[in-house]
Amino acid sequence: MTAPVLQLDNLNKAYGALQVTKSLSLEVLPGEIHAVIGPNGAGKTTLIGQIAGNVESDSGKVIFAGRDVTGLAVARRGQLGLGRSFQITAILPEFSVLENVALGVQARQGHSFHFFKRAATDRSLNTRALGILETVRLSHRADTRAGNLSHGEKRVLELAIALAGEPKLLLLDEPMAGTGPDETKNLVEVLKSLKASIPMLLVEHDMDAVFQLADRISVLVYGGLIATGTPDDIRNDAKVREAYLGEDETA
Amino acid sequence: MTGTALLFRNRIVPVLLFSLLALVPVYASLTDDRFILLFFTRILVLAIAAVSLDFILGLGAMVSFGHAAYLGLGAYAVGILAESDIWDAWISLPVAVLVSGLFALVTGAISLRTRGVYFIMITLAFGQMAYFTATSLSAYGGDDGLTLWGRSEFFGTGLFSGDTSFYYLVFAVLLAATLLLKRIAASRFGRVLKGARQSEARLHAIGIDPYRYRLAAYVIAGMIAGLAGALMANQSEFVSPAYMSWQRSGELIVMVILGGLGSLHGAILGAIAYLALEEVLAGYTEHWRLIFGPLLILVVLYGKGGLLGLIKGGEKS
Amino acid sequence: MSTTLLAVQTLNGLQLGILLFLIAAGLTLVFGVMDFINLAHGVQYMLGAYLAVAGYQLTGSFWLALPLALLAALACGLLLEFLVFRHLYDRDHLDQVLATFGVILFLNEAVRVIWGAAPLSVPVPELLNGSIRLFENFNYPVYRMALLAAGLGVAVLLYVLVTRTRVGMLVRAGASNAPMVAALGVNIRRLFMIVFGFGAMLAGFAGIMAAPILSVEPGMGDNLLILAFVVIVIGGIGSIRGAFLSALLIGLVDTIGRSFATDIARLVLPPSAANDVGPAIASMLIYILMAGVLFFRPSGLFPVRSA
Repeated sequence: MTAPVLQLDNLNKAYGALQVTKSLSLEVLPGEIHAVIGPNGAGKTTLIGQIAGNVESDSGKVIFAGRDVTGLAVARRGQLGLGRSFQITAILPEFSVLENVALGVQARQGHSFHFFKRAATDRSLNTRALGILETVRLSHRADTRAGNLSHGEKRVLELAIALAGEPKLLLLDEPMAGTGPDETKNLVEVLKSLKASIPMLLVEHDMDAVFQLADRISVLVYGGLIATGTPDDIRNDAKVREAYLGEDETA
Repeated sequence: MTGTALLFRNRIVPVLLFSLLALVPVYASLTDDRFILLFFTRILVLAIAAVSLDFILGLGAMVSFGHAAYLGLGAYAVGILAESDIWDAWISLPVAVLVSGLFALVTGAISLRTRGVYFIMITLAFGQMAYFTATSLSAYGGDDGLTLWGRSEFFGTGLFSGDTSFYYLVFAVLLAATLLLKRIAASRFGRVLKGARQSEARLHAIGIDPYRYRLAAYVIAGMIAGLAGALMANQSEFVSPAYMSWQRSGELIVMVILGGLGSLHGAILGAIAYLALEEVLAGYTEHWRLIFGPLLILVVLYGKGGLLGLIKGGEKS
Repeated sequence: MSTTLLAVQTLNGLQLGILLFLIAAGLTLVFGVMDFINLAHGVQYMLGAYLAVAGYQLTGSFWLALPLALLAALACGLLLEFLVFRHLYDRDHLDQVLATFGVILFLNEAVRVIWGAAPLSVPVPELLNGSIRLFENFNYPVYRMALLAAGLGVAVLLYVLVTRTRVGMLVRAGASNAPMVAALGVNIRRLFMIVFGFGAMLAGFAGIMAAPILSVEPGMGDNLLILAFVVIVIGGIGSIRGAFLSALLIGLVDTIGRSFATDIARLVLPPSAANDVGPAIASMLIYILMAGVLFFRPSGLFPVRSA
């Protein structure tokens, strides 16, 4: 079996008396989209935080591309190839769309202690940035001020910035949050096209999108995984049905 | 903001500004007005410090409430060397810059671990420490300060002593500093600073830890302000702890905000506006602060983006 | 170093601390609840002192001047809130800094125009005149003891108000998460006004109490303002309890530090150097203290703000 790109080994996190992540183990294999779903309050945000490095786990390991990154800072994990999109959009609103992605490209190229060459006209950055924007179908908005984009376009830009880092894994925190039907469709198509080259851990509420994209689904309830399997397995799982009783389900 | 307005603000205004400033000595000699030459020399010296502050405050959102400390460090470098009978500018100016850079490196490394109001307070604290250290230097005047009997020497050229030549020296330093900082602001380094201001989380996620970039920017700004301090000691031929007071640091912040954050040349406008307004109003009444205070308030309430914002009447950029 | 001197300076330090607390309490609430950096809080203190002088000149009695000045200080505070501050709540901190800086300039000058630049004072009221013997060889001015008592009384009152009343609960909630409180349907504007007015009154009260013992002059609030900011940063922004403890701490450290710094410096340095270094270190002490506290507790001793 091929080595997983991401391996979570018995992760635990408690806030006071509340155990938010319970002995969680999970893998993301190359070439797959592994979705994590679960009712609200299940601990998905904390989990993302533990993988990305914002949240310090109480115990357990995060192994990324064969390397134990559990103690490493967020920026270091980013440098090692962990790409991320945020649930609450974290783009750079004053920069143009192009400049947002160019910054991602710039970060990939190493340190930024370059003081004299003009960044805005740097072809080595802009060419690659435009290429990424074309992949996500946002190149027509390259010169727009990022803060002026529609909500859905901003979500796409989130993805583009993460892609600029040539990530070995994409951590997607509710990329469809708040997007309309057209934008969702666009995002799903883009993610499908990227799947082969970049494995993804996708946290999402939009069940339609999840079932279209995911190769495997893990279900998180109260900090613990109750099921992992193919979309069909999950659809038919009794425990999952029970957990979602009363929740909006479109499967 | 429209393309034309942006062009006006970013290209034409600074060119106009520097052209006009270059003509001040000409105007002064034509009208036989020595005062205006000396006055603008003082303004330009402070403008250098203001521009350096705008670099870290406007671009990098580092609100340093202790920036005047560098003015003081640079001034005292000149003063202390002068007391030891060392007047050569090619010694005292580099010493001023170096000492300021070191102070910025040490205090910045500590301060930049904090954010928001804590950063403001820590920089204030370091500024106060510099201030009180200066008051304790009784050998160099302590609280009362130190009078310098003469100006720095530059290979016997009298560059520092002549009114006009000194003005053009300060002008050249201001121009060079502004151009340098604008260059850096447009570089990859500058992009990181500007990006970190907008979303710290995003930068970490793509693998950039803003800390070292901010520290580098802080040191650069400190060194330039230190150079301004050395020039200030020459300009007033006097060195005193008051150069480093928190009120001085506050004034620098006011100048930067007044001019419009982040444009760099805006800080020069802010310095000119602040000092010229002070001078003009003081000519009318000794209670000029009664007018100046509310004016500042009005600028904040109705002038979005400072003076530069008034020029284009648009959104803050 | 005599014990009497130490005892006197300890009491002096507590007294400075109480004064700082009265100023800092309003400051920390305004900053905590309204996220508003009010540099003009120091002039609020100064106004209290000047209004006490005016009240005394009007009535000839400290006891009559006290309530009059207090009401006038409250009125001034609310007027400032209405004219200037309320337009700044939604602005970013730098705008607030600039605008309140303008207020300081204006009011420091206004006070100079109305009362002149020469230092003024109010005589200590008859009732509180003289000294009281605490121990053998140890007399302490009655007025200063009264100040301590009054300040502690206000602290207790504040504690009761904040922890036992409904408004107090809203204030504490607002300090920890203001948008949430607004979202819950509370009239946040009215809450802000109450918080602001009360803070102004506290600072004004401090000024009134200080008038008999400190010189009343333009700019008297500026240095205390800086100290007050150090107090609230150490204590934790938004925390009254933090402000109280940290104010007392700073009052003590500053006062006792200044008394003994030169003596301590003499232990390790030659006298001439010690005479220079002593006062300098004394002035730096509270900043060193602040840096130290922030190193171990980056959000202060009793942080209140939720993430």
